[in-house]
Amino acid sequence: MPRRKSARRQKLEQLIAYPIDWLEERSGLIGGLRYFLLRKVPGDTSWWHTLGSATLTAFIVQTVTGVVLAMYYKPDPDKAYESIRFITDDLTFGWLVRGMHRWGASVFIILMFFHMARVFLFGAYKYPRELNWIIGVLLLVLGMLEGFTGYLLPWDQTAYWATVVGINLNGTAPFLGPFLAQFLQGGAEIGNETLSRFYAMHMLLIPGGLFALIGLHLYLVIRLGVSSPPWSPEAAGEERVEAPPEGRAGLVQPGPRGGYAK
Amino acid sequence: MERSGGDQGPHLPAPSLWPVGFAVGIVCILAGLVVSWPAVAAGALITVIFGFLWVRDATTEHRRMDLHEEPAGGPAPARRSVEPIPAHKGEAAMPAPHDEAEIDRFPRNKFLEGATLGLGAAIGGIVTLPVLGFAVLPAFTDQETEEVDVGTLGDYPEGEWRIATFLEDPDAGEVSRRTAYVRNNGPLEGRPSFTVVSNRCVHLGCPVQPGGPSEEDKKKIVRGEGGTQVELTPTQPSNFGCPCHGGAYDIEGNRTAGPPVRALDRYEFSIRNGRLFLGKTYSVSEVQGEGKDARIKRYRLAGPGQHVDGLESWLYPIQPPE
Ligand code: HEM
Ligand code: FES
Repeated sequence: MPRRKSARRQKLEQLIAYPIDWLEERSGLIGGLRYFLLRKVPGDTSWWHTLGSATLTAFIVQTVTGVVLAMYYKPDPDKAYESIRFITDDLTFGWLVRGMHRWGASVFIILMFFHMARVFLFGAYKYPRELNWIIGVLLLVLGMLEGFTGYLLPWDQTAYWATVVGINLNGTAPFLGPFLAQFLQGGAEIGNETLSRFYAMHMLLIPGGLFALIGLHLYLVIRLGVSSPPWSPEAAGEERVEAPPEGRAGLVQPGPRGGYAK
Repeated sequence: MERSGGDQGPHLPAPSLWPVGFAVGIVCILAGLVVSWPAVAAGALITVIFGFLWVRDATTEHRRMDLHEEPAGGPAPARRSVEPIPAHKGEAAMPAPHDEAEIDRFPRNKFLEGATLGLGAAIGGIVTLPVLGFAVLPAFTDQETEEVDVGTLGDYPEGEWRIATFLEDPDAGEVSRRTAYVRNNGPLEGRPSFTVVSNRCVHLGCPVQPGGPSEEDKKKIVRGEGGTQVELTPTQPSNFGCPCHGGAYDIEGNRTAGPPVRALDRYEFSIRNGRLFLGKTYSVSEVQGEGKDARIKRYRLAGPGQHVDGLESWLYPIQPPE
């Protein structure tokens, strides 16, 4: 039974609604947010569909910890190693933030692959989502480049030699390989320019690209909606089933709304 | 997939098995690049044949449509017929032009549009080009290296190896530290002869190590002209090996096992006033003979992993300027 709201309560609600309405009237942002958060998704989306958001979360963790690390890291060949040591050993919680960024990098890449595997195995890359797959591939490449350039920054022996090998590997690409390697090195040999260049790419260039592409990726996810799983009666190309189909054999018996039949 | 008719919904090509053959061809090519050239050729053939069949398969529908189905009224509307929103319902940003006079002004609009885009592109280009140039060109210009003084001839007893490490560019600091394996071969036609092997692995650039004892305690630091410092460590290698992926080289730097693609690079050297100077490095495909009698097949310096001779060297037709 709906109770009448007290006058006090009504006033309070008006007070809260006012700034929200103000913003909505001038920007439409609230409506947009509602559209984004309350949009419809297929009834049988599952945990597999959360892998994309998990990847996004890992990316946000990388961004935040990375920004904080940048406050103490010094991209100078004479100081880089020492500044990393300082972050790890001397700064309060420096070890934690650095650890989050270092391990989080692997988590991000692994999650990207899991997400990609789910999209692939669900056939979710098919019409009309091909473009989102292509954007995803670019994201994958940029993500791995982010890992490659970040690995050099501690400027210790592992970092140095791993990068030597990585750059030379690029150098063996046919035709333009030698030029690519020299561009990455910033000269004929790996040297001081290499560190500054990798720093700039790791901090500015590649994250910029990632932000832009993730924006596009999510725009397309929202515009097209997520696809339902392949076993779904709502899957693309399937006849619409109003009642449970009779006598269908198989391991999985789809129910009317995509849940499993009991 | 029988969907050609009324053209509602997604328009997909019919399923086809040719891509499988196409993929097999690609795999054949890639595997062939590793094992043998004939396999590459076979792979290329398979790829082309199946690629052709695939394309033919995927386009049959279009081609058939071109032949028979073109109705008099032009192609059917591609979308589900959506009623246009009446102007008074949607929110038009600008009133649609409704009289002749306004339509006449269109060419001017077009001109302004073009001018804006053109100017914008020009400004964008003017700003971007120097920035791009700045990002790319410095890596390719002024890459000259100075000769390095690595001590007097007396520092290199005849017939013995020394590990020489030095800074190629003292201003750049430790990153420019280089290591060379140097052996005095004794006089050749009255002039001193040296074997100077670079320690950069020609697989992917790791530091190659001497296979044999090194006498760290007999390390000597010699000072060259211009204040260079060179560390000389005696060593008795019987070969060289790389820690990264197990590349192995004989005492002249020839590849004997593992992933490297040619022999170890060498340094040019010169002797002035009784001092040994190391110059540029160059690449070597193969060394025949030993010591001062060695015959070296010499090439312009190439990056690690790049073939300098044989068919594979065609993959690297141009090298960055030195
Ligand atoms: C920075 C990395 C990435 C982020 C943050 C990201 C984020 C997301 C999110 C949040 C979704 C919503 C649905 C879901 O979570 O499954 C999604 C969907 C999708 N992603 Fe990604 N993604 C990334 C990388 C990739 C990669 C590497 C690929 C494939 C090459 C890819 C292809 C797709 C496709 C095709 C969809 C649509 C799936 C559907 O509608 O069911 N994404 N992505
Ligand atoms: S770098 Fe020497 S074997 Fe790979």
